[in-house]
Amino acid sequence: MAAALYASRARIKTLLLERISPGGQMLLTHWVDNYLGFPEGIMAYELVEKMAAHAKRFGIDEMNGEVVSIVSEQGGFSIQLANGDAISTRAIIVATGANPKRLNVPGEQGLTGKGVSYCATCDGPFYRDQTVAVIGGGDTAVEEALFLTKFAQKVYLIHRRDQLRAVALLQEKALSEPKIEPIWNTVVESINGEDTVRSLSLLNRVNGVRNELQVNGVFIFVGLAPNTSFLPPEVRRDEQGFIITDEWMKTSVPGILAAGDCRFKPLRQIITAVGDGATAAFSVSHMLTTG
Amino acid sequence: MANDKVIHLTDSDFDAIVFKASVPVLVDFWAAWCGPCRAIAPVIDELASEYDGKAKICKMNVDENPVTPGKFGIRAIPTLIIFKDGKVVEQITGAVGKAAIENVLKRVV
Repeated sequence: MAAALYASRARIKTLLLERISPGGQMLLTHWVDNYLGFPEGIMAYELVEKMAAHAKRFGIDEMNGEVVSIVSEQGGFSIQLANGDAISTRAIIVATGANPKRLNVPGEQGLTGKGVSYCATCDGPFYRDQTVAVIGGGDTAVEEALFLTKFAQKVYLIHRRDQLRAVALLQEKALSEPKIEPIWNTVVESINGEDTVRSLSLLNRVNGVRNELQVNGVFIFVGLAPNTSFLPPEVRRDEQGFIITDEWMKTSVPGILAAGDCRFKPLRQIITAVGDGATAAFSVSHMLTTG
Repeated sequence: MANDKVIHLTDSDFDAIVFKASVPVLVDFWAAWCGPCRAIAPVIDELASEYDGKAKICKMNVDENPVTPGKFGIRAIPTLIIFKDGKVVEQITGAVGKAAIENVLKRVV
């Protein structure tokens, strides 16, 4: 969205191609407290709506479609869509973001939507006065564990290390919240239940002790997997699939740029994604005018 | 931009509308606080126009209607359930693209 805003203001003919609708991972969270300019914080979907309206203000084209592949053609690229359509363009800014990673343990896939969740703001209210577990120790895990205390009577925070990775302020909040009980050095071996989640099989990595923890739901926040599999192999990525760029947001293929969470970078936040988008659009503008 | 072809179900009229329909029925279980539900709302509106007469496209607010979601074991939203002849044909959890929903609808209409 930021790339579309900057590109349209540079009077570049811009198409914003969305798989479903704007917002991405922002729609998976309830509240945004760290985006500059909103000192009281803001509801995440409200910020999405404001950003989408802003991105469109200076005139862009919009389309819904799922990109299957990108093929080089004379003077640029052809973007192939799932419905069979193709779009010709001189430059592409890939801002496809990332999706929550799976744990890849038995029971996870079959019980998704039946107690296994990757979105606390969507599914938290179904666990009023129940017991849930949050898996992970980063910002998202801790933030969502705190959000879940509004509904659940007990939130176990299960982390494979002996301390959280989340930013200090979130750690302080979580560790002083009486409803949150951290379980350290522990990994989930399986998620158990037939029609709905009943328990987790846990392994303590330090002392090797296994035990079963009764829960009604489990929320998984163990990092991100980038949405970059549709890109041609020439676009260099790290071993996890994050796109490697320079400070101009240029990838290893001239004319293909990347911005936001799909890019290899140290901090994946709304504020850094927006900066990437602006830089990428500037970079395209520079490329088109200087050739 | 809400489409008036979308039928808004309640706990009291769900059975009559869904189980007695002569065409397939899609029900989108949603809530106002759910971001991904907002993301797919325009897709549901489009489907309601495109499948007008061929399928009933419905929405149920899970906050206002606590009984029906429980009957279907719904613990995540958005959840889309597609019914044909009163039976569940497919259940889709989470926000998916229009193509994925249409793949199921095309199979049943």
